[in-house]
Amino acid sequence: MKKGTDWRYRVSNREAIMGTVLAILNFIWWYAFAYGLGGRPIKEYTYILGFPAWFFYSCIVGFVVFTILVWIMVKFFFKEVPFELDETSENEEGDVR
Amino acid sequence: MNWDVILPLAIFLISVFFVGIYTSRHIKSGPSFLQDYFLAGRELGGFVLAMTMVATYGSASSFIGGPGAAYQLGLGWVLLAMAQLVTGYFTLAVLGKKFAIVARKINAVTLIDFLKARYESKWVVILSALSIVVFLFSAMAAQWVGGGRLIESFTGVSYTTALFIFSGSVLVYVIAGGFRAVVITDAIQGVVMVIGTVIILAGTIIAGGGIENIMSELRAENPNLITPYGSDQSLTPHYVSSFWILVGVGVVGLPQISVRAMSYRNAKAMHRAMIIGTFVVGFIMLGMHLAGVFGRVVLPGIEVPDKVMPLLALEVLPGWLAGIVLAAPLAAVMSTVDSVLLLVSSAIIKDVYINYIKPDAEEKFVKKLSFGITAVVGLSVFAMAINPPDLLIWLNLFAFGGLEAAFIWPIVLGLYWKRGNANGAIASLIVGVGSYMFLHLYYPNLWGMHTVVLPIILSLIAYIVGSFTKGVRPHTNTF
Repeated sequence: MKKGTDWRYRVSNREAIMGTVLAILNFIWWYAFAYGLGGRPIKEYTYILGFPAWFFYSCIVGFVVFTILVWIMVKFFFKEVPFELDETSENEEGDVR
Repeated sequence: MNWDVILPLAIFLISVFFVGIYTSRHIKSGPSFLQDYFLAGRELGGFVLAMTMVATYGSASSFIGGPGAAYQLGLGWVLLAMAQLVTGYFTLAVLGKKFAIVARKINAVTLIDFLKARYESKWVVILSALSIVVFLFSAMAAQWVGGGRLIESFTGVSYTTALFIFSGSVLVYVIAGGFRAVVITDAIQGVVMVIGTVIILAGTIIAGGGIENIMSELRAENPNLITPYGSDQSLTPHYVSSFWILVGVGVVGLPQISVRAMSYRNAKAMHRAMIIGTFVVGFIMLGMHLAGVFGRVVLPGIEVPDKVMPLLALEVLPGWLAGIVLAAPLAAVMSTVDSVLLLVSSAIIKDVYINYIKPDAEEKFVKKLSFGITAVVGLSVFAMAINPPDLLIWLNLFAFGGLEAAFIWPIVLGLYWKRGNANGAIASLIVGVGSYMFLHLYYPNLWGMHTVVLPIILSLIAYIVGSFTKGVRPHTNTF
């Protein structure tokens, strides 16, 4: 990254990548359980709490797991940065962090 | 229709109305008026931010159309609906703090303010403002019609009267209170949506004799109902997956959603909003669509999908509880139209009038103009909704996907790719909207995927190719 770039942008870039990675994992989880388990013949379906296993894992567990993962991501990996900086000090600070 | 049902609906409408009016007392005059009216002074906390994003995004289709489709197709449609879980965190994570910080540095009030500062091009501004006004106006009219129809079907009053009640309650608080009224009422509407989901889901499970019983009856009726492929096996994996773009990650490109990403108070608010938003959007989508599937066992043989939810609520719940459940779709429609109304009016006032017609307009006049234009836009939508012209219905077909394809790259790559320039943005806007309209008309769902997929890829290519031509790049380190 170019010198003189706002240091907060590096934090933001990293977080945008994390969000994208989480979305990709979310998709894989959703797809793999749905079509991995759900693609079998219906006779072989197993049931959890009344739901077919594919649906239970893909949609219900997936919902819970990814809500928790968002919480973990935000809580432990996202940084709190100030949004309003003094304009002059910001320009002088530049890349220092 | 009985008064038990109408009473909670009426209470809901009246409370939203008065809360909306009440918040308008906070509107400041003076130099910060525009920021206050269109962005609530960038003061949103986490809960309100989460709720306004979910409520603006969730529309009648989450409560009426979607559950109706789930009723017909089974668990496969619930799977498809769950592609929306990602909207709860993705938009905020990707636009991120950078969007909020840049917006503050350049003092942006609208999405177009951002595009204008980033690309320094008149054409980017004109094309964006044009697509926002045209597409969102028609999308709004369609939602307005939906709101009128909902009230009509729940209460039995005539469509015109219903439309009048609906418009009256929305218009007054949006005009008077601006963005703050919109987001505060969105928060109430979001809560109503969640409560409605809990009630209808619980009621349907009880009426159906428990989940196990419901599943075995569904299986006995048509085993495909409990597969991911839909009752008629029409839901192929790549069709369902393509909804991850239309109603999942592509939502970043919707101006009414992305403008919210510049309205929050601080990093903490954004963090909280991501957690709350993910939970709420997942809960509503899972709950409402499951209720639709379960409803098939409780109330078989409904032919018109849109009637599933209202009939189900009346069947499994006492009247007053059904009233609360039926307030949820109304809340969803209201929270969508109020946001879009304000966005269209901001595009006209801030992006066109102040940018190009009269940059030195007086503060007092701008204030009057803001109320005035919002009222004019609202009233013309109302007028259109009484007897919607064909052109409007036609344009609405392209609103959602067209806007996503147009804006996703100019926003996202504008933030993260320094090389991106005005030529790229213009190419992306034109190719996005153009290819979406063309494909939707002539080759819908090409290769078995939703139409939106290809235009988003094409507009990405257009953005990149355009950006390699000579053009203005940001010459400050603001971006």
